[in-house]
Formats: sequence, structure tokens, C-alpha cells
Amino acid sequence: MNSKLTRRRFIKGVIFSGAAATTGTGMYLAANAQSGQSAAERLVTLNINGRNRPVDVLPSETLAYTLRYKLDMTGTKIGCNRGECGACTVLIEGVPNYSCSVLTHNVKGKAVISIEGVKAADGTLHAVQQAFIAENSPQCGFCTPGQVMSAVALLNNNPRPTRSEAIDAMSGNLCRCGAYEHYINGVMRASGQLA
Amino acid sequence: MPSHDVMPNMELYQPVQVEDALAIADRLADRGWLVGGGQDTYGWLKDRAKETDAMIDLSAIESLRGVRETADGIEIGALTTLTEVANNSVIQDKFSLLSQAAGVVASPQIRNIGTLGGNVSQDVRCWYYRRGLSCYRAGGNLCYADTPQGMNREHSLFETSRCVAASPSDTAPALVALDATMVIRSVDGERTLAAQDYFVGPANDIESTTALRTGEILTTVRIPNTWANATFYFEKVADRNVWDFSLVNVAAAFKVSGGNVEDSRIVCGAVQCTPRRVTNVENAIRGQAKNAATAESVAAMATDGARALAHNGFKIPLMQNLVKRAISA
Repeated sequence: MNSKLTRRRFIKGVIFSGAAATTGTGMYLAANAQSGQSAAERLVTLNINGRNRPVDVLPSETLAYTLRYKLDMTGTKIGCNRGECGACTVLIEGVPNYSCSVLTHNVKGKAVISIEGVKAADGTLHAVQQAFIAENSPQCGFCTPGQVMSAVALLNNNPRPTRSEAIDAMSGNLCRCGAYEHYINGVMRASGQLA
Repeated sequence: MPSHDVMPNMELYQPVQVEDALAIADRLADRGWLVGGGQDTYGWLKDRAKETDAMIDLSAIESLRGVRETADGIEIGALTTLTEVANNSVIQDKFSLLSQAAGVVASPQIRNIGTLGGNVSQDVRCWYYRRGLSCYRAGGNLCYADTPQGMNREHSLFETSRCVAASPSDTAPALVALDATMVIRSVDGERTLAAQDYFVGPANDIESTTALRTGEILTTVRIPNTWANATFYFEKVADRNVWDFSLVNVAAAFKVSGGNVEDSRIVCGAVQCTPRRVTNVENAIRGQAKNAATAESVAAMATDGARALAHNGFKIPLMQNLVKRAISA
């Protein structure tokens, strides 16, 4: 046996599908890479919309699945479930990602913002949400949560984007009603560039 | 074929050090599946078109991320996201060809998590293969795409061998054009390959598009200063500007002196299973003026040896025109 394999190291996680969830909450597990018999750690704590949420997560579970079916946060929509539509877009450390194509175990220790976390604590809608209403941006509305998340991410990094920058930033969100111009108008209104 | 929303249950390893990842990859061998950003992987597993016992998620290995300047060029960690590659100031300054290529992959969200290593190591995009049919590439003994009824609009013009699928990567042609070196590690040590040799066509290995062997991990991409600040041209043609893979792309680098081409690299993607360097064109324009007349005179050479399938004949003039635009730009 290769001597390198016998060294004990800290690794972020070894999650075995067959093992039951244990009670530990630590993110880092001491694991023996030689035997692979290390403790399973399916119970993780996720930071969703500023709250810590303990949840039992399967190894191959996607974030969209966890949000919708384990945490009852059904604002995040699953459209294609293949990273080809953008309806499931959430922010991970402020960066827009398709939650259908991110493992939940990959966001341990990272701040996740979903559509439920966009409005203010007192319930006031985000400027993007208000602008989307004013511009009649959504038609059927199914893609809207994802569109909001992409717009919020853009305006956090670039408060006064050009129309072209807005189009680029929103380009990973499909709208089958074809209301793209209305969404871009909404982004421009939210950035204060459209009265 | 049924569609599944969830991946089957499996083991997940999340090493934070490359040595651990190598040990796990070595121990699991064929039972393990290396995952970078996962944007190619998850579709395979959700569709049940391929399966694995365990995913080895490399994304938490910080030492495989980022761009470093070295004495004779730059090193890019294989786990660096495409967004980081596209926006990195050093790459933009010296190798804007790669910035441009990374910046047009898929969609913003995919570039935010998809990695350079994953983009060059992703599997081919043949609809039959991806549906889990038992074709040559999947270990069977027929090709569904290269048949009278087969849908092969996206497939290869060159160097087909039983399989006719094309390389889907946008960054791979750029890395070949920049004479990049791929650094590959295993528990037994490190080896390096020229980018051109990293990509493998079906005549040499029909089940893998790269030279990676079981237990090996692509850790670093090195780009020498050879082509730093050269005159670059990149263009991708796809059905939609977002998400879709290239129908044909071109990545070109020119050293120009007094209006004449001293040396060049012209590489096309999505026309065969590997990036295709058009060396005959590179040789023909050496010493010639870099202008529209030269481009016009050599464009037809770019597709010497092309064999169109039933539905991809449009790629021949498309490839010629992209090569022409690269030279005349």
C-alpha cells in the first residue's frame, strides 16, 4: 500500500450514501483515506438568507432540491433542471448560480440568498421586484424568481449598468413568454435610469 | 427514456488538498468520477446515461484555483472558474484570446461555477451518446449519428473514426493556439503534455476525449510567454449566443511585423473531436501580408480533407469564413 494513503488528513467531507445521519455538526471531518470507513456526515448547517438551517442532505442532492423539498422554500423554481433555463438562479456568496446544478454539500459555509431573502425584513419589496411590477416584466411569472436574482446580483456589483451590460448579466435566464425587453426595462428602472 | 430530476445516490468526497484528491482518485480508480464545477457531470448522472459509485468533488481545493505569473508565462489552476479566467487582468493583458474564449462559454451562471479544467475535459456533445445509447463511444459497436437518418448537424468534419462527435470546448482551441502545457498529477507524480496532445480523438481512444488516465487529475494549465500580446482573434458561431455550444469556433494568434505575418497559430474548434490546428494555412501565410487578400487566397485550404456528413456541410464554408476573418481582421 502506498504510504501516502495511510496519512490522516483533514478533508472537508466524506459522505456515504448508505450511512445514517450522525449528530455531529462539524463541517470538517477527520477521515482515513486508506480505509474510507470514516463517519458519514449528512447533517449539515446551511446559511440561507442569513439564517442557519440544519438539514439532512444526501450526497448527490442539488441545492434547488434541498431548498424546495427539504426547506419548503418553493420560490426557487426548477425549470429544466439541467442548467439551461435559469429559473433556479440563487446567489452563492453574492454570485448568481443555477441551484439545480450545484450540490448542496458545495454550499456548506457559504452564504446563500434565494428569492425569499431578497425583500427587506419589514416585507418591503426589493427595488428590482418593484421595478419588475412597474414594468410589467413577468408574464406567466415562472422565470421571474431567477430573473430577480440575476438582476439583484448585477445591481449589487454595478448599480448603474448600461443596457448592454444588463442584457449580458440577464442572458443566463430564459423567458419562454419572451418578455426580455420588459425585464431589461425593469433592471434599468431599478437602477434609477428609467423614470 | 425516462427523465429524472435527481441524481442517483452515491458517495461524495470533498477533499481540500490535492494530495487527498489524488489518493482518493487512485483508490477509487474506475469507481470514482472527478467533478470540477459539475456542469457536464450532473446531466450525465441525472439522465442515467452514465453512472458512478462516487463523485470526487475538487472544487474545495484552493491550491488549484487562481492565476499566477511565473518567470516565463502564467499558470492557471485547473479549478479556476471561467468567469475568473475571463476577468483576470493578467490574462486580459497578455492572453486576451483566452479571456475572450472563456467569456463566451455557455451562460454567466455556468461560467461562474464551471472551471477551465472542466471545460477542456468535458465529454463530447452527441445527442445519441448523451441519451445513453450503446454507441461506439459508449462501448457499443455502431454510430447512430453517421447514418442516413442520423442527426449530425453539430458533428465532425475531420478525423472521424467510428465516432463522429465534435469537441464542444471554446477554451481548448485557445489553449492550443497559445502553446499551453497541461500539468497532470497522480499519486505517482507529475507529467506534462502539450495542450495539443492532451486532446485525444476517437482513432486513439474512442472512450475518452483527453489523455487523462484513471487516477490522474489535471491540476494546472501553463501558458508560456511565446504568444503574449500577440495579435489575437477569437470568434464563436453558435445557434444562440448564450448556452449553445460552438458550431465552429476559431482561435488565432499572429506575430505581425511590418504588416506581414511572421508566425501564427490558427485553431478551429467543433470541427473534429479535438481542436484542429490548420497548419497548412499557418505555413501558407508565413511572410505574407496580414490582410483580406491573403485571407481570401488561403481560406479554402482550411478545410482540405473535410468530409461532410448528411447535415453538417454548412460547417465547411463556415470554417473557411472564420479562418478568413481571423487573418483579415
